[in-house]
Amino acid sequence: MIELILIAILSLLAQLFLPWWSLAIVAFSICFWRSQRAGGAFLQGFVGVGVVWLGYALLVHTQTDGIFIGRMSELLFKTNTNVLPLLVVTLLSGLVGGLAGLSGFLVKKATAN
Amino acid sequence: MRYTKAVIVSLLTIALIWALNRSWGSVPAFAPLLSPFVGFWQNAESVNNADEEITLNGTKAPVTVIFDDLAIPHVFAQNDADAYFAQGYLTARDRLWQMEFQTHAAAGRVSELVGDKALELDRYNRHLGMGFGAEKSLKELMKDSRTREQVESYTAGINAYIKQLSPAHYPLEYKLLGYAPEPWQPIKCAYFLKYMSGVLALGADDLNMSNVLKKYGTVVTSDLFPDYPFREDPIIPAGTKWDFAPVKIPDVPANPFPDTKPLAMNWPEHDPAIGSNNWAVGPQKSATGYPILANDPHLTLSLPSIWYQIQLVTPTMNVYGASMPGSPGVIIGFNKQIAWGVTNVGADVLDFYQIRFKDASRREYWHDNRWKPITRRLEVIKVKGRADVIDTVLYTHHGPIMYEVGQKPFAKNVPVGYAARWIAHEASNDFLTYYLLDRAKNHDDYRKALSYYGAPAQNFVFADVAKDIAISPNGRFPLKWKDQGKFLLDGTNPAHDWQGWIPAAHNPHVKNPPRSFVSSANQSSTDPAYPYYINWQFGSYERGARINQRLTAMQGATPDSLRVLQNDNRNLRAADALPVLLPYMQEKILSGEQTKALAIIKTWRYNNDVAEVAPTIFTEWMRQYMEGVWQDDFPSNDTTTLRYPSFDRTLQLVEKEPTAHWFDNLTTPTQETIGSVLTKSFQSTIDSLTRKHGPIGDSWQWGKHKATRIGHLARLDALSALNVQIGGGAGIVNATTERTGPSWRMVVALGPTPKAYGVYPGGQSGNPGSPYYLNMLETWRTGQLNELLFLQTPQDKNSRLKRKVTLK
Repeated sequence: MIELILIAILSLLAQLFLPWWSLAIVAFSICFWRSQRAGGAFLQGFVGVGVVWLGYALLVHTQTDGIFIGRMSELLFKTNTNVLPLLVVTLLSGLVGGLAGLSGFLVKKATAN
Repeated sequence: MRYTKAVIVSLLTIALIWALNRSWGSVPAFAPLLSPFVGFWQNAESVNNADEEITLNGTKAPVTVIFDDLAIPHVFAQNDADAYFAQGYLTARDRLWQMEFQTHAAAGRVSELVGDKALELDRYNRHLGMGFGAEKSLKELMKDSRTREQVESYTAGINAYIKQLSPAHYPLEYKLLGYAPEPWQPIKCAYFLKYMSGVLALGADDLNMSNVLKKYGTVVTSDLFPDYPFREDPIIPAGTKWDFAPVKIPDVPANPFPDTKPLAMNWPEHDPAIGSNNWAVGPQKSATGYPILANDPHLTLSLPSIWYQIQLVTPTMNVYGASMPGSPGVIIGFNKQIAWGVTNVGADVLDFYQIRFKDASRREYWHDNRWKPITRRLEVIKVKGRADVIDTVLYTHHGPIMYEVGQKPFAKNVPVGYAARWIAHEASNDFLTYYLLDRAKNHDDYRKALSYYGAPAQNFVFADVAKDIAISPNGRFPLKWKDQGKFLLDGTNPAHDWQGWIPAAHNPHVKNPPRSFVSSANQSSTDPAYPYYINWQFGSYERGARINQRLTAMQGATPDSLRVLQNDNRNLRAADALPVLLPYMQEKILSGEQTKALAIIKTWRYNNDVAEVAPTIFTEWMRQYMEGVWQDDFPSNDTTTLRYPSFDRTLQLVEKEPTAHWFDNLTTPTQETIGSVLTKSFQSTIDSLTRKHGPIGDSWQWGKHKATRIGHLARLDALSALNVQIGGGAGIVNATTERTGPSWRMVVALGPTPKAYGVYPGGQSGNPGSPYYLNMLETWRTGQLNELLFLQTPQDKNSRLKRKVTLK
């Protein structure tokens, strides 16, 4: 759990200043440092990063009237819905975060003693 | 094993990140676009009414900007330079992508953004000499200290905005297309002018007319393509006396037509729906005793909105109106003393000269009995994802050679191997006209401002608080022999050159005419008594005649009477044509559905309202009927392109020569008549509409059939307004067609303090994520106007004023 929280907080901070893929470095490092199991590392990376993207996107969505998110959904996915952009944002960032976390754990195992 | 696993998963992760971080063809880089930290989410805006102070270090003194509830800025500056700096900054803040994209397009730089699919478009704009013309314009406007300061301050304001812009806050379109804004330069303002000349002053039928002439000779050609329409109601009232002695007009040369070879080109995409209305009623006709002025320019409707409202207040001016992103000052507007508006003239200011080269090296051409050198201009076109393309454009003294023999032309109305003589290649300081109009106090100031104007020529309507009204088809008009440029011209013969200009003071104009109103709707500038040649064809007469009909009858006019007239849906073409055409219909041979359709037409009150079915039938029927009459006589094919006579001439034929042989179809053995052409086209119209919409019913309604579209400039449907339900149409005062329409509607009542109203289909912001992107659309669609708040001081009180921003 502490790994997940660390990933969320640090990836949030990193992305305020660095390119989007800095989230992968954060997930990799935290899981390299602390993770115990492969499945756990993937999950920590996935949820830690995904929650930040979803949360920020939801914040934007609720602060504006939502028409724009529907338009973007139409533009990107050819269907006007608010759910799809939020879902894709979560899955996409989660996948990158999860894979980065898993990489971190596996690299540690491979390089340990 | 554990090494392998670690390597594979790590590589997979890196590959995924790489793939998400780059664009694939036209698919943008997905992760940066979707990231809430830098992606499109950052473009979502909400209503912000908080005061703000912005430090830019570009102004001489602080500038106060008051925003109203429609996010329209009212700029209070202590000097002119600061006002234009603020205009540049604010316009960029709302419209940066649009202003840059339009000037990129004019400069032939779209390939840089989207790759080689735009290469032909870019080549076309470069062969048209857009850069050549923009450079000349820039030189001219930099010579005058007033326009120089204006353009330089405007540029600095735009760049002040770009400089503090982080990628997360780039306008959405940059994120979608994957590029970054570049610094603005003064020449981009000149490119914008050329862009507008490209929209409004590129009409040319010279090639098709030459082909018609070759096929039928001069007698038939001048009979079917006359220089003045059968029905007309010119802008300058017929019979107006000219207050000048004309200068000598060049003689028609002995051989006015070069021996042209038939040329391969398709039908030109001339859009008669791009036009405009404006008028002013004099004190005798208005309820207050002061003039009232109205203007609605019709363009291809697009988003971000074509116009940008702004009020600019300095010690030298207090002007409010519609500006165009990319151009400083106000283009259509009013101040305390005057109001003005524009419609397009449609002058013949683009001609083509057949060029004879000395040899295949194309270094010299024949003119005035000697060989003259060709100049070459290298055009380097950057192409995204490819090597630069270097294009050499050949220039004669006439202008650039658009396309040489063997090259494939992009625009359909440009003949191959001809030099283009175009008004937009002339040096003129068009910004000075608007600079002076923004500050004009009376009719003399207005006339003086107009004298500097070059292109695209406009009908400038005028009204002032001294109760004068005036109108002038104005621009730089070449001094031509009659019909010079109706056909292709001979580039070897100096008698075919443009030989000077109509003096600015001789441009058609009228002040306070006895009928107590002035108006224009792109129809003929004058009656045939005007001594100079401006063009042989203009916009069709219907809108102008309908406006004049209503204004003649109008008494005690208020701004609302003019607003109602702007939304008038009377179809004058139908009112003229149907009583003439219907008696020829062969009703006995119609099917049940066709009879039903005819009954709808017969009971129609000639109104193009949104829920009527008749306009759908009439519009499609007249299109097919024109094809039915003329297609066999003026067939276009791969080697020759022709054009049809006008609707006006065709209707005149029915009225005056109903048995003319033109109604017979040459491709059939039977003898067709006006009745059989009409009936056959009616039947086929009803059949094709039934195939499209099913049996006659609600789906045939004009609004649904027309489905007006206001498209985003990057052709993205999701960012466009589709299927806007509104009446009107081509040739209707409410000129809203499928794609074109009133891009700005304004009504100004002069008086001790002017009262003004306006709207455009869109909003102040060009950001699709802003609440101000489309917030005026519904007001526009329903024919309403917003009051334009004309402030006198930054302390003015009004419940619609929401926000104060200080620029330092």
